[in-house]
Amino acid sequence: MSMIEIKNVSKWYGDFQVLTDCTTDVKKGEVVVVCGPSGSGKSTLIKTVNALEPFQKGDIIVDGISVGDPKTDLPKLRARIGMVFQNFELFPHLSITENLTIAQQRVLGRSKDEAMQKGMHYLDRVGLKAQANKFPGQLSGGQQQRVAIARALAMDPIAMLFDEPTSALDPEMVNEVLDVMVELAHEGMTMMCVTHEMGFARKVANRVIFMDRGAIVEDCEKEEFFGNIDARSERARQFLSKILAH
Amino acid sequence: MEWLELAMTAVPVLMTGVGYTLLFAVSAMVLGLTLGFAVALLRIAQVPLLSQLAALYVSLMRGTPLLVQIFVIYYGLPSVGIEFEPVTAGILALTLNVAAYLSESLRGAMAGVERGQWDAALSLGLGWWPAVRFVIAPQAVRLAVPSLANSLISLIKDTSLVSVITVSELMMVTKDLIAQTFQPLPLYLMAAAIYWVLSALFEQVQQRVERHFGRAHAR
Repeated sequence: MSMIEIKNVSKWYGDFQVLTDCTTDVKKGEVVVVCGPSGSGKSTLIKTVNALEPFQKGDIIVDGISVGDPKTDLPKLRARIGMVFQNFELFPHLSITENLTIAQQRVLGRSKDEAMQKGMHYLDRVGLKAQANKFPGQLSGGQQQRVAIARALAMDPIAMLFDEPTSALDPEMVNEVLDVMVELAHEGMTMMCVTHEMGFARKVANRVIFMDRGAIVEDCEKEEFFGNIDARSERARQFLSKILAH
Repeated sequence: MEWLELAMTAVPVLMTGVGYTLLFAVSAMVLGLTLGFAVALLRIAQVPLLSQLAALYVSLMRGTPLLVQIFVIYYGLPSVGIEFEPVTAGILALTLNVAAYLSESLRGAMAGVERGQWDAALSLGLGWWPAVRFVIAPQAVRLAVPSLANSLISLIKDTSLVSVITVSELMMVTKDLIAQTFQPLPLYLMAAAIYWVLSALFEQVQQRVERHFGRAHAR
């Protein structure tokens, strides 16, 4: 069953086309990694899934609900899809616990106790229970990103979107975030991840999508993608040779 | 000695004027912040027509002298059948004027909150207004405080212009005292000192507010 179906999506900024006829899907429990050079449209594509970026053509169906339909209750749909951003985007004026509970209370209508319990459960899972009363600015980048993952999970999402979750991190903090993501993947979470972490892709991805200039150039099983590099397109080979060189 | 005696008689009178000055300043601050926030929201939300009207309002209020605005409201509007008491007219003029400046400070600060914060708030399912209320506005206010305080301190001093519509606030009672005593220098200096004290007290408020909003950013 498809959890996220992207159907012929095109998007323009004025005259400039940023997405060209993108079609793919993410099945329930599947982990799909999206990679490609910067400016290839991968972040834009993942943001169209929860309508943070509007698109002009095509449609996206998330758990049977059309994202492009103007009648769709977008806040309600977004509340069901977790998203993790490159720059963490914790709310700097709120404590860690407030970051974890605010949407649970305001969006899902959970009581403060219930929200706290859920929030602390996930904060514990990402190993940061001791930081509960701090503010985001007092945590390291890796810790902030783990809190951001916990914040998204506390909403009980049906799928998670990751937009370059480790790109803004110091190298020694990348693994603590990837570990959480790997664990999540093993638990069967449906995930769409824009990332250049090919180690992560090899370990947990079911499929790898390669984008270039706003279009999906490759969309294949992980084994095929990494196992048969010669069968890949010229652009994908160039890209892979650059990021796998060292 | 002479000045001391003058001060003894003048200060109680000046204090009655301070009462009105505070009434104007505090009323216009509260109403002005409310109106300013609403205007800033209209412009941020880019509601068609309404946001253009809000922009026109800001331009008019910033582009014309407060003195002229006070005259229009108190002396001008009665000719089309709209009459206000002097105190009401004063509060109205000061509010409309300061709200324009405050709205620009707030709008700038809200626009200055990074797009990623909107994305994060919306991605969690918050609607536009909850996102503004719980995520964007609290961060914007922190950024806007110094600039808001600038406008509000100007407002305290601008209340002196209301003396032109026969309200016996600080400036008006000072002028009355001078007419009786023929002592312009000490009396104007006393008035100036009082305005300065009021502004300095407000600076204390500003510092507290800054500390309050800064607590999340303490290391």
